[in-house]
Amino acid sequence: MIRSVWFRALLVLCLAAALLFLTLPVVAIFVDSSPADLIDSLGEPGALDALWLSLKATAASLAIILLVGTPAAYLLATRSFRGKAAVVTLIELPLVLPPAVAGIALLAAVGPSGILGGAIDAAGIELSLTTAGVVVALTFVASPFYVRQAMAAFAAVDRTLLDASRTLGASEARGFLRVMIPVALPGLMAGTALATGRALGEFGATLMFAGSFQGITQTVPLAIYDRFSTDFDSALALSAVLVAVSGAILLSVKLVRGGEALDFAPH
Amino acid sequence: MLRIEARHRLGALQLEVDLAVQRGECLALAGPSGAGKTSVLRVAAGLLRPEQGRVEANGETWLDTERDIDVPAEHRRCGYVFQHYALFPHLNAWQNVAYPLRALSRPERRSRAVALLERFGMVGLAEARPATLSGGERQRVALARALAREPEVLLLDEPLSALDARTRAAATRELGGVLRDSRAPTVLVTHDFAEAAQLGDRVGIIDRGRVVQLGTPSELAAAPGSAFVADFTGAVVLTGVARPGPGGVTRVELHGGGIVTSTDRADGVVAVSVYPWEITIEPAGTEPHGSAENRLAAEVLSVTTVGNRVRLGLAAPQPLVAEITAASTERLGLEAGSRVVATWKAAATRLVAA
Repeated sequence: MIRSVWFRALLVLCLAAALLFLTLPVVAIFVDSSPADLIDSLGEPGALDALWLSLKATAASLAIILLVGTPAAYLLATRSFRGKAAVVTLIELPLVLPPAVAGIALLAAVGPSGILGGAIDAAGIELSLTTAGVVVALTFVASPFYVRQAMAAFAAVDRTLLDASRTLGASEARGFLRVMIPVALPGLMAGTALATGRALGEFGATLMFAGSFQGITQTVPLAIYDRFSTDFDSALALSAVLVAVSGAILLSVKLVRGGEALDFAPH
Repeated sequence: MLRIEARHRLGALQLEVDLAVQRGECLALAGPSGAGKTSVLRVAAGLLRPEQGRVEANGETWLDTERDIDVPAEHRRCGYVFQHYALFPHLNAWQNVAYPLRALSRPERRSRAVALLERFGMVGLAEARPATLSGGERQRVALARALAREPEVLLLDEPLSALDARTRAAATRELGGVLRDSRAPTVLVTHDFAEAAQLGDRVGIIDRGRVVQLGTPSELAAAPGSAFVADFTGAVVLTGVARPGPGGVTRVELHGGGIVTSTDRADGVVAVSVYPWEITIEPAGTEPHGSAENRLAAEVLSVTTVGNRVRLGLAAPQPLVAEITAASTERLGLEAGSRVVATWKAAATRLVAA
C-alpha cells in the first residue's frame, strides 16, 4: 500500500518536471513580451517580410510534398518489391540528418557548382540565394515527416476496401482518390501538421543553402537569429508569433482527429 | 453461365478448381477455413491472377492465361459481397450503394441507391454511416451495393458469418429470396454446410484447394463420397474394416470394438457415416427388434437441448452424436451417465473407402 503511494507520487513528480521544463521557455516568451510590444515589433521593417516569406515558402513546399509525397507513400504502403526497405530508409534519411549537413548536401547537389548545378542553370532556374532555394530546403527537410506518416496511414487502411472499390467498377486511381485518401485522412493530416511545423521552424539548411536576405530568403527563424544579438525584444516578439502559429497548427490537427474519432466510434 | 478454371499455388495450398455455374443458379462452395474458397471468388473477380486459369462469364472471356487475356477487376461486372462487407467507412449507406453508379447524376444516384436500400428493408437509414449500423443492416447495404450495377455474376463470401444467430435466420431467408430473383450466376462461399444446403442449388465441398464432391444438397447428404464430406455434412463418422456378409449386407468391424451392418457394398478399411437424426436411443438391455439394425452400447456424456430437439453426446467405442426429441429424452429419463443402446438402420448407414 505504502509502496504504491510512493510509486504514484514518483509518476506525478516526473510528469510535473517534464511539463515545467517543456512549457516554461514557451511561456517565458509571452511573459517577456507584452502584447503591445508584439504588435509594435511586427510593424518594424523586415518582420512582416519574414513572416510573409515563411508562410509563402512553407505553403509552396507543402504543396510539393503533398502532391508528390501522397502517391509515393501510397505506393510504398500498398506494394512490396525488392529493395523496398532500402527505399524507405533513404526517404527517411533527412530525418536524422543535421540541418547544416542538409544545407551542405543541397549545395553539393543542386548548388551553382553542384552535380546538377549545370543542368538547373541551363534550365534557367536559380536556386541558391533565392526564394525557390528556400522552398527546396524546406521540402528536403520536411517531406520525410509527411511521407513516413502517410505511409503508416495508408498501410493501416483495410486493403479489401480497395478491392471492393475495384469490383464496383472503379480503377485503382479512382479508388485511391475516393476511398484511400478519405479513409487515411486523419493520418495524412497529422503528417501534414508535422511537416508544416518542421518547415516553419527550418533554420540550418535554409541558412546554408539559401542564405539570409531580407524579403528573399530570410524566413522567421532566420530573422529571429538575425535580431537576437542586436534587438532581443523584436526577436522575442517574432518568436511569440511563431509559437502562436505552430500551436494553432497542432491544436487544429488535434481537433480534426478528435472529430474523426467521434465519427468512427462504434455505437 | 459462369466458368471458373484455376490452378494456383498459395503458400502450402494448391488450388485446383474447374467450376461451371448456370444462369440463375447458385453454387455454394462449402469447406473449412483455409480450403481456398475465397481464392476461387478472387480469381473470378479479377483480384487474384492464377498461374493458370480461365474465367468466362456469359460468353465473355475475362481471363485466359494461355491467350494472355486478363480483364481488370473494374471492367468485370461482378457483384462481390466481402466477408466483413468492406463498406466504405467515410460514406453513408446511400453513398456506399451509389459508389458504382457514377454514370448517373447525383440526384439520380441518390434516388436509385435509396430505392435499392428500401427494397432490402432499409427505410430511413440512407444517411447512416456504416459504423452506426447493426451487422444485419451492414450486410444489406453490402448486398444492395453489390447489386447496384446489375452485375453479370454474383460472388458472396461468407455473407452471413458476421451475423449473430438471431439475425442470421432472417438474413438467410432474405438472401434466399434475392438469389431466387437474380438471374446472375452466383457463387456463394461458406464454412457451414447447413447454410450451403439452404442457399445453394448445388453444393461443392472444397477441401485443400480442390472440390472433392459436387451435387445437390440431398445428393451429398445421401451419398457422401468421402469421410471428409460425410463429416462436413454433419454425419457421425466411424471407422472400421468391412467384409461382405450374408444376405447382401456388409459387416463392418469397428475400430475399438462393435459390429455394424450396412446395405452399401465395401471391402477393406472404410468410414461409416450416419446422421445424428437417424439414431434412436433405447434403454440398456433392450432386445433387438430386427436384423437389419445396428446396435451399440453407449454411455450418455452430454445432453444439450435445442428447441424441441436434444443432442446427445455418447461414449461408445468411438464417439457418437444422436439427435432425438425432447419428449423421448424425458420418457427415457436421460442424463449424463445414463447407460443406453444407440440403434439405427443398416439402410441409413453409408460406407465410403477411408
